Amino acid sequence: MDDLVMLLTVFVLAVFVGFEVISKVPPTVHTPLMSGSNAISGVTILGAVIAAGAAVSTGMRWLGFAAVVLATINVVGGFAVTHRMLGMFRGRGRGRKG
Amino acid sequence: MLNLLYLLAAVAFILGLKMLSSPRTAVPGNLLAAAGMLVAVVATLLVGGVVDLPLVLAGIAVGALVGTLLAVLTPMTAMPEMVALLNGFGGAASALVAAAEMLRVHGVEGESFALVPVIAIAASLAVGTVTFSGSMVAFLRLREWLIGGRATVFAGQHLLNAALVLAALAAAVVFVRDPQPGVAVYALVGIALLLGVLLVIPIGGADMPVVICLLNSYSGVAAATTGFVINNTGLIISGSLVGASGIILTNIMCKAMNRSFTNVLFGGFGATVSGGAAGATAAARPVRSGDAEEAAMILEAARSVVIAPGYGMAVAQAQHAVKELADELEKRGVDVKYAIHPVAGRMPGHMNVLLAEANVPYEQLFEMDQINPSFGETDAVLVIGANDVVNPAAKTDPSSPIYGMPVLDVEKARTVMVIKRSLNPGFAGIDNPLYYLPNTMMLFGDAKKMVLALAQAVKNL
Repeated sequence: MDDLVMLLTVFVLAVFVGFEVISKVPPTVHTPLMSGSNAISGVTILGAVIAAGAAVSTGMRWLGFAAVVLATINVVGGFAVTHRMLGMFRGRGRGRKG
Repeated sequence: MLNLLYLLAAVAFILGLKMLSSPRTAVPGNLLAAAGMLVAVVATLLVGGVVDLPLVLAGIAVGALVGTLLAVLTPMTAMPEMVALLNGFGGAASALVAAAEMLRVHGVEGESFALVPVIAIAASLAVGTVTFSGSMVAFLRLREWLIGGRATVFAGQHLLNAALVLAALAAAVVFVRDPQPGVAVYALVGIALLLGVLLVIPIGGADMPVVICLLNSYSGVAAATTGFVINNTGLIISGSLVGASGIILTNIMCKAMNRSFTNVLFGGFGATVSGGAAGATAAARPVRSGDAEEAAMILEAARSVVIAPGYGMAVAQAQHAVKELADELEKRGVDVKYAIHPVAGRMPGHMNVLLAEANVPYEQLFEMDQINPSFGETDAVLVIGANDVVNPAAKTDPSSPIYGMPVLDVEKARTVMVIKRSLNPGFAGIDNPLYYLPNTMMLFGDAKKMVLALAQAVKNL
């Protein structure tokens, strides 16, 4: 029970942090913010690694493996594409004349 | 030790998100979040009780390869689809972890389920699966594979959804009372798959920015519930962070369309209202259409030109051509600006990304509120593949489904040029009176070809 209360505390506080941390977002970064936070939601990769690594049956092994693959695509693809997108923003001002 | 490193990762995520929400710090913010993830994953690999390391590393290798390829090869115009796809994968991964944990406890002799993890397994399976199937529908709709861009609505949809939610709850209760991998679990997953599909199909292409944000939020919630399943604070913190920030973005999008959250989710936007009627009225009214040479002359003679891009520019991949045209005009002393509607395109910030890719200077992009007062002094507006976001009916016609949505006041300019394939109404199926105004000139054709033709015609002048 104490465990649950602790987890719930963490959960509720993190939700508040999530609401607070992003207040005013200029439209320019809407897309990278979304793909970046999308990559963070791939944090489920930790659960996938634990599940696959501790597999005790064939069924669990396959489920875990699939979870690792999908979560890694989410994490790596998300961060990489965000970086690529932001790289384009950095080029701003280059084309400005006079 | 592990939890301490997770805390470190969580701090990196929080700071990373914060930095991502400002253009100046976004690049280091993203790298910081990625570094936090790396720390968390390596820590889990080393001290997370991983027995079958080769299996895990193989999975990571496959995922990293596919992820990198996707990130490098996907064109910027397909970003909405890419984000939808990644969302779906994240949701599916969360559900799979919950399923694997269920099998683990079931397989261990003498270990029985505690109530909390069982409830969390049911929740994680449901949310993860809804995220997955909903994202796949969004992906297909954005690609226009199998299903078109129009909203799909049918009678009794809301009743069916409500019934499915109740059925899912019932299956979850059966599972929680007797936590076995069996019929109740299959039923729960099956219903969740169906529910994800049904929740997204009534939402049309023009409302996709909201859906993408919402599914992003769901994938965070799925990760957080999975954290409760395996008692992992790292997942709970990061998942709820993303869940909350996704809701904020969803809200920003709804505000930009002047619609409530529930209206977007349950509105069945535009699909039943217009459609046939729009086609009939379109035929009856006169339309002035022009060609590239004529339009080029007007643009070249203008002092100020505002370009209003929409989804059509993304579809035709016309952003580089647009930049070329703008360069030609600027060489001739024309002041060129871009008017960016917050929900232009299929994803928040879609137009900003595309124009940035084409090296359009950031200073030339103007938000709706900044540029709307200046349309009265603008000589020419060039609308490229935008429809609803420049529809004056949103201001004047209370019967219009988009009435009340803030739009770009392009019709106030001296001349409005609209590049469009045909007079067909846009994704939302709403007729646009802008096309029939006396100061509007329609340029029929593919956005990229037409813009290139305009650039060439300006050069030849």
